[in-house]
Amino acid sequence: MSVATFSPDSTIADDSIVDALKQRFGDQAVLEQSTLTGMLVLWVSREILTEALSLLRDMPEPFEMLYDLSAIDERLRANRHGLPDSAFTVFYQLMSIRRNRDVMLKVALHEDDLTLPTSVSLYPNANWYEREVWDMFGIDFRGHPHLARLLMPPTWNGHPLRKDHGARATEFDPYTLTVEGQDIEQEALRFKPEDWGMQREQGDTEFMFLNLGPNHPSAHGAFRIVLQLDGEEIIDCVPDIGYHHRGAEKMGERQSWHSYIPYTDRVDYTGGVMNNFPYILAVEKLAGIQVTERAQTIRIMMAELFRISSHLLFLGTYLQDLGAMSPVFYTFTDRQKAYEVIEAITGFRMHPAWFRIGGVAQDLPRGWDRLMQGFVDWMPARLREYERSMMENAIVRERTRHIAAYTTREALAWGVTGPNLRATGCDFDLRKQRPYSGYEQFDFEVPLGGNGDAFDRGQLRIEEMRQSLRIIQQCIDHMPAGDYKADHPLTTPPPRERMLQHIETLITHFLQVSWGPVLKPNESQQMIEATKGINSYYLTSDGNTMSYRTRIRTPSFPHLQQIPSVMRGGFVPDLIAHLGSIDFVMADVDR
Amino acid sequence: MSWLSPVIVASLIAMLQALVILLVAVLLGAVMTVVERRLLGLWQDRYGPNRVGPFGSLQLIADMIKIFFKEDWIPPFADRTLFVLAPAIAMASLLLSFMIIPITPDWGVADLNIGLLFFFAMAGINVYAVLFGGWSSGNKYALIGAMRASAQTLSYEVFMGLALMGVVAMTGSFNMRDIVNAQQGLWFVIPQFFGFCTFLIAGIAVTHRHPFDQPEAEQELADGYHIEYSSMKFGMFFIGEYVGMVLVSALIVTLFFGGWHGPLLPPVVWFALKVAAFLVLFVLLRAALPRPRYDRVMSFGWKFCLPLTLINLLVTGAVILIADPM
Repeated sequence: MSVATFSPDSTIADDSIVDALKQRFGDQAVLEQSTLTGMLVLWVSREILTEALSLLRDMPEPFEMLYDLSAIDERLRANRHGLPDSAFTVFYQLMSIRRNRDVMLKVALHEDDLTLPTSVSLYPNANWYEREVWDMFGIDFRGHPHLARLLMPPTWNGHPLRKDHGARATEFDPYTLTVEGQDIEQEALRFKPEDWGMQREQGDTEFMFLNLGPNHPSAHGAFRIVLQLDGEEIIDCVPDIGYHHRGAEKMGERQSWHSYIPYTDRVDYTGGVMNNFPYILAVEKLAGIQVTERAQTIRIMMAELFRISSHLLFLGTYLQDLGAMSPVFYTFTDRQKAYEVIEAITGFRMHPAWFRIGGVAQDLPRGWDRLMQGFVDWMPARLREYERSMMENAIVRERTRHIAAYTTREALAWGVTGPNLRATGCDFDLRKQRPYSGYEQFDFEVPLGGNGDAFDRGQLRIEEMRQSLRIIQQCIDHMPAGDYKADHPLTTPPPRERMLQHIETLITHFLQVSWGPVLKPNESQQMIEATKGINSYYLTSDGNTMSYRTRIRTPSFPHLQQIPSVMRGGFVPDLIAHLGSIDFVMADVDR
Repeated sequence: MSWLSPVIVASLIAMLQALVILLVAVLLGAVMTVVERRLLGLWQDRYGPNRVGPFGSLQLIADMIKIFFKEDWIPPFADRTLFVLAPAIAMASLLLSFMIIPITPDWGVADLNIGLLFFFAMAGINVYAVLFGGWSSGNKYALIGAMRASAQTLSYEVFMGLALMGVVAMTGSFNMRDIVNAQQGLWFVIPQFFGFCTFLIAGIAVTHRHPFDQPEAEQELADGYHIEYSSMKFGMFFIGEYVGMVLVSALIVTLFFGGWHGPLLPPVVWFALKVAAFLVLFVLLRAALPRPRYDRVMSFGWKFCLPLTLINLLVTGAVILIADPM
C-alpha cells in the first residue's frame, strides 16, 4: 500500500482520474472545483452520474468505498463563483484504499426537478445515505428500493436541512401531543413486513416479527431492529434509526464557528475531545491556521486518552452483552481513573469541549505528567487481566469466533471503517495513512485482525488501547514547550495577554468573542481516526461567522446499516454479540 | 390432658418442624437476594446495597415493602388464569420439594421412600410455571423465553435423573435418610464425582441460574418469561429462583456431601455451612462466567452430559456387581 503524505492544501496534480472521466464523457462533462478539502472535487451532470460512479468503482485501483453521500441547499449561498448553477447539490465522496485518496463527485439539481438515479446497485451503503438525503432535503432517488424517512419521524412535514425549514423550537408552533396524535404516531411506527418485501409466512413456517428496541438492554441506546424469526434463527432484519436525532448538522448552520464546538462533543458521546478534533482541524484549514507543536501534541494526547476511555466502555459492554456481568465494573473503574486525569486537565469529564480554533482552551496544569503517568502505569496489568479472564475464556470464544464475520471487500462495500475494518485484516489507519496533527512523529503499530469476526473486533480494541498508551507515553516524555494557542488573528478566543496591550487586539478580541471569527468562503474537510472509525466534518463557509453547511460523517451510521447483511441466518444471541462488537452509540449514528 | 396422646404430640411436632422448614426456606430465598447483591458488589469492586440499616441489612425489608405495594398489573392481552397460576406453581413446586430433605437426624418433613423421585416430579412440574408464564403473557420475548426454558429443562432433567442413579445404586434406596446414612464413611462426591458434576450442572440449569439463565437472558430477551410480571407475582418468580438455588444446594449436600455429617459441630450447623458454601458457589458462577449460546447449552446437555452420566452409571453398576456378586 502506498503511504503518500496527504497534503491538504496543494492541488492534486496527477490526474489519471480526471483524464479517465474526460476521455469517457468528453472535456465539457467534468468541471473541477478547487477547495481546501484535500481531494479532487468534480462536478458532473446527472445524466452521467451513474456511469461515472461505476467507472470509478471498477477502474484499476478502484474507489471501492462510498465514504459519504449527502447534499447542500445552495439557494442562499452567495459565494459560489464559477460553479454550475444549482439549487441543491448532491455530493458523493468515494474512497480508494489502494490509492489512499478520495474523490468527490457533485451533481447540481434544479428546484423544479429534484430527482437523481439511485446508486444502491453500485454501492449497497448508498441505501441509507439516499434515504437521509430524501428525508433532509426532499431529493428523490429513482429506483431506490425503499425511499422512506430515516431520521425524522414518519409523520414529519418538510425537509429539515433545507434553508427554508425552521431550526429552532421558537420558529414553530408550541408542541402538543393529544391522545389521538399519539395513536397516529404509534401506528406510523408499526412495522409492516410487506413494506419491506418480507413474507409473513413461507410454506408451513409462520415467521415471528420481533421488535427489538428502541428500548432494549442490548440496543446500546435508542436503536430499534425488527427481526424476522424462524424459531430463533434470523431470516432477515430491518434496523430502524432516528430515535436519537438532534439535528447536529442543522445546529451547525446556526452557531458561530466557535460556539459549535460543544455540540461536536455530543456526537460520539463516548469520544469527548476526539469529536472536536476533525471539526477544529477542518475550521483551521478554512482559517489557514498552523497550530503550535505543543497544541498538536496536547490534542493527540487527549484524543488518545479518550480513545482508551471509549474502548474500555466498549470492552465492558461487549462482554456484558455476552452475558458476563462483572467486566463492565472493572472497566468503569479504569475509566474513572482516566476521567480523573481528564478532569484535572480540562475541568470536565465526558464533554470537555476543550479544543479551540487555533489550539486548546488552556495550557496543561502543573503536575499533569505525574497524573498521566499514573494512568499509563495502571492500565497494562488490567488489559492483561481482561485478556486472560475473558478473551481467553472458552465461552467468550465460542460466542464470538466466526460470528458476524465479513471480509475486507464486504466491509469496504458497506463503508465500514476503523477497528471494524482493520479486524478484517485491512491495514488502513488514518493516523498512519494520512497523518494529521503530527501523528507521523509517533512510534506505534496498527493492530490487525484476520477473521473479521466479533472476536477479532474485541481483541483488536484491547491491542489498540496498548498502542494508545504507547502514544500517550511518548507525549509525556516529549511534550514540546511553547504556546498552547497559535499566534493567528483567527485564533478563537485570541490569547488574552495580547488583548490588554493594544486597541486593535482588544477590538479583535471583542469581535471574535461576541460575533465569532469570519472565515473566507471555501470548503474544507478533515477526516480523523476516531474511536469508532473514520469521523469527518465537511464544512462549507460562505464568508460568515457560521458554517453554511456542516456535514458530519460518522462511522457508526454505515456500521449499523451493514447489520442485516451479516446477520441473516444467525441466531438472536449472535445478533446481540454482533451489536456489542460493532461499538456504536446512537448519537453517533443519528447526529 | 388425656387427649395429648403420643401420636398427637408427634404429629404436632412434625407440623411445627414442617412450618419452620417452610419459613426458613422462604426466608433464606429472600435473604439470598440481598446476599447475592452484596457478594456481587464485593467481587465487582463496588458496594452493593448498603444504605438501608447497618451494612444494608434491612435492604430486604425495603425490597419487600416496595414489591408488595407496587401495582399488581395484569396485561389486558394476557390469559388471566394461567398468568396468575404460573407464579404460584413456580413457588409451590420448589417449596414442596423441601419436604424430602433431611436436615438433621431428627429434622425433616417427610421420610418418603421415593424421596428422590418426588423431587424429580416437582422439578418437572416447575417447568409449567415458566411455560404458563411465558405463554399467557402474550409477549414475544416471554414466549421465546418459555420455549427456551421448556427445551432446556427437558433436556437437563433427562440426565439429572441419571446423574443420581449412581448414588441410588450405591445406597440401594431412593430414601434421602438412607442416602445420608450411607455416606457415614465416605461422602458420595468421591465415588460419584462425575455424578456430582453433572448433577451440579443440571441443578443450575433447572433453577435457570447463570450461565444457564437462557429463559431470562437479560441481554437477549430482556428478562424473558417474566417480562410482563410486576409486584408480588414477579416477586414469587424472583424468590422462587432463589428458593430453587437453596433447594439444589441442599440436595447436593444431602446426596454428595454427607448431609449433616461432620465432626465436632452439631449436625444442623454442618448442614447449614455446606449449603451456604454451595449458595456462594452459585453467586460466584454468575459473577464469573459469560453466557453460552442457547443451542450450545442444548448440545452440551445431550452430547456431553448425557453420555457421561450413562457411562458413570454403567461403571458404578459394574463396580457394585464385582464388589458384591450376589
